[in-house]
Amino acid sequence: MQSKPIALTILDIVSIIALVIATYLALVFAPTELVMGEVQRVFYFHVGTAWVALLGFILASLAGVTYLITKNMAWDRFEVAAVEVSTLFFFITICLGSIWARPAWNTWWTWDVRLTTAAITELIFIAYFMLRQGIEDPEKRARFGAVYTLLGGISAPITFMVIRLFRTIHPVVIGNPSAAQEGGFSMTPDMRTAFFFALFAFTVIFIDLIWHRLRLANLEDKVEQLKLKVSM
Amino acid sequence: MAVKSKSREQRVERRKQKAESGKFPAFLLPPSVGLSSAPRPSFLKATLAIVKKDLVAEFRSFELISAMLVFSLLIIIIFNFALELDIKTRQTVTAGVLWTTFAFAGTLGLNRSMAVEKDRGCMDGLLLAPVDRSVIYFGKAISNLAFMLIVEAIVLPVYAILYNEVRIFELSFIGVILLGSIGYIAVGTLLSAMSVQTRTRDVLLPILLFPIAIPVLLASVKASGGLLAGLEFSEIVTPLNILIVYDVIFIAVAFMVFDFVVEE
Amino acid sequence: MIEVKKLVKRFGVKTILRGLDFSVKPGEFVALLGPNGSGKTTFLRILASLSKPSLGDVKVAGYHLPKQASQVRAKLGVVSHLPLLYPDLTAEENLQFYARMYGIVDYRSRINEVLDMVGLENRRKDLVRTFSRGMQQRLTIGRAVIHDPEVMLFDEPYTGLDQDASEMLDEVLRSVAAKGRTVVMTSHDLSRAENLATRFDILSRGVITASATQKQLKKTNLLDFYKQALAE
Repeated sequence: MQSKPIALTILDIVSIIALVIATYLALVFAPTELVMGEVQRVFYFHVGTAWVALLGFILASLAGVTYLITKNMAWDRFEVAAVEVSTLFFFITICLGSIWARPAWNTWWTWDVRLTTAAITELIFIAYFMLRQGIEDPEKRARFGAVYTLLGGISAPITFMVIRLFRTIHPVVIGNPSAAQEGGFSMTPDMRTAFFFALFAFTVIFIDLIWHRLRLANLEDKVEQLKLKVSM
Repeated sequence: MAVKSKSREQRVERRKQKAESGKFPAFLLPPSVGLSSAPRPSFLKATLAIVKKDLVAEFRSFELISAMLVFSLLIIIIFNFALELDIKTRQTVTAGVLWTTFAFAGTLGLNRSMAVEKDRGCMDGLLLAPVDRSVIYFGKAISNLAFMLIVEAIVLPVYAILYNEVRIFELSFIGVILLGSIGYIAVGTLLSAMSVQTRTRDVLLPILLFPIAIPVLLASVKASGGLLAGLEFSEIVTPLNILIVYDVIFIAVAFMVFDFVVEE
Repeated sequence: MIEVKKLVKRFGVKTILRGLDFSVKPGEFVALLGPNGSGKTTFLRILASLSKPSLGDVKVAGYHLPKQASQVRAKLGVVSHLPLLYPDLTAEENLQFYARMYGIVDYRSRINEVLDMVGLENRRKDLVRTFSRGMQQRLTIGRAVIHDPEVMLFDEPYTGLDQDASEMLDEVLRSVAAKGRTVVMTSHDLSRAENLATRFDILSRGVITASATQKQLKKTNLLDFYKQALAE
């Protein structure tokens, strides 16, 4: 039994500290936004989780392609880890977005381009897990999973473009002066600090979780091998 | 110049080797390059053989088309009452109703068409033939597209008669239907080849297919809805472009990854 | 004709074939015997190019697998327990389809020949769905020899056949499929295998554990040989 690497333990601690600081910055340090008030503080985590979810999605597609080329199961394990973590963060993003949308747009949900794409991506992930569940042979499971993440990775941006044809009410917060009437706002330097720290914190947490998931997958593999040895 | 021509020769040589091992479609080679191995069918002939086989079998039993057709008409009837398709509603929802119908009926056909290959081991028979794997993909995709178009060719006039919607017969509308169906079938055929190989194959295809096919369905609805609302052709260029881009990308991707879906 | 060295096939962590060595000379008829789960079908699927080896060297009819799979397929006929026929097509149409898939130019006369050989001449216009199991299996053999392959693979060809049908199939296998060809067959039916094959290889736990030609077997019968080989 391999013990937990020290680097991973350190990363765990760093993640927790980063999360605590990010929470402090978002909830206390950053000034209250004038128009929307306290609820705007959700924004820091909303963007933070969205960023890593997207990162995970892109990494999963790339890992899928790499798996198809190299046939190395390590890439498959990375792909699963990325998709799983990404699924979780997209879910948090959508929830936080809803909390923010309620006072800002006066509705929990709108068929806005980003919201809808996020929801569809979430459905692609769920389909991905269902597909994998239905296949016994690990090698075939890896292959089909890789093909499906690739298809999803191509389809999601096109979905985004298509929905954009319909008018969107999602605010473009950064670098868009006319966004104010749609719920956008310009950031003060303190807000910026909180914002970028949240991005940083969630990236660290993301790496930490992926690492844990990879370790779990490797251990699962080992258990499987040991079981086989015993039964022989 | 000499260097360039040498590299071209090398490239052709490499492709010839690839073609002999079935990794590169032989029809893309320059005609002067003769393959050394036993006679093998051309890409096109083998593809057409699959299409012909599917069509002959289908026109004998009408299993697949009749199921798709009845299902489509049932959906339209349900929509008729669920949405109260009076003249006013119809103007806005016709395109949506039609594409929802085609999408649902389409999965029925795709599932069945691939299950026929899988159930009696015929997929192995196809894989044993000395042809490129993509022949199987294109053969099945063309058959599936034919089934889908046949169903559409019956459902659309019926809808037009029921609701007095003459714009359905316009050429541009038919073009949109064709582009949308191509994209839908292109990814549907690939995914059905995957879903039939799983334990949960009866239920899995729509779950896999719909989230991936959303762009093509939305763009089709937008384009055909625009045409039905009497918009000029220039006003639906954007969704049309998306349809074309989607079709091209997904046919290319399916062509590239189909190997991974059928190999073991 | 068939040359297999150190073949390993893994499904995930499970190893089905573990360094299998196997070779068949032109004209030999090898019966591959072994208990369930010994890897017979997996091995045959690899020879048929339907499955890719994890490790090792496989050469069939002078071509390497899986690199030159396409050339191998052109020289290979496969009869499995599944018919690989389309029930909604007639016998003739089924053969036509496969003839075209193999790129046979003058397929009309070849189809007549094949139908004649398997004794289905007068049923050529009938749908395959109306055929009995035995007739289907005969047509399957016809399909497998349509391109006059050099190597034949039989995977449990007797599955689901009654006594009469089996005997008839014996005759067709001997006179049509095996004649002048190199054959590898897997079977549970030791007595049938004994009649047909010229060599008997025992596959157990992913390797060939014993091999004997028909001449060597003369003194003992196949069943004893089989039991002895498995007991070792």
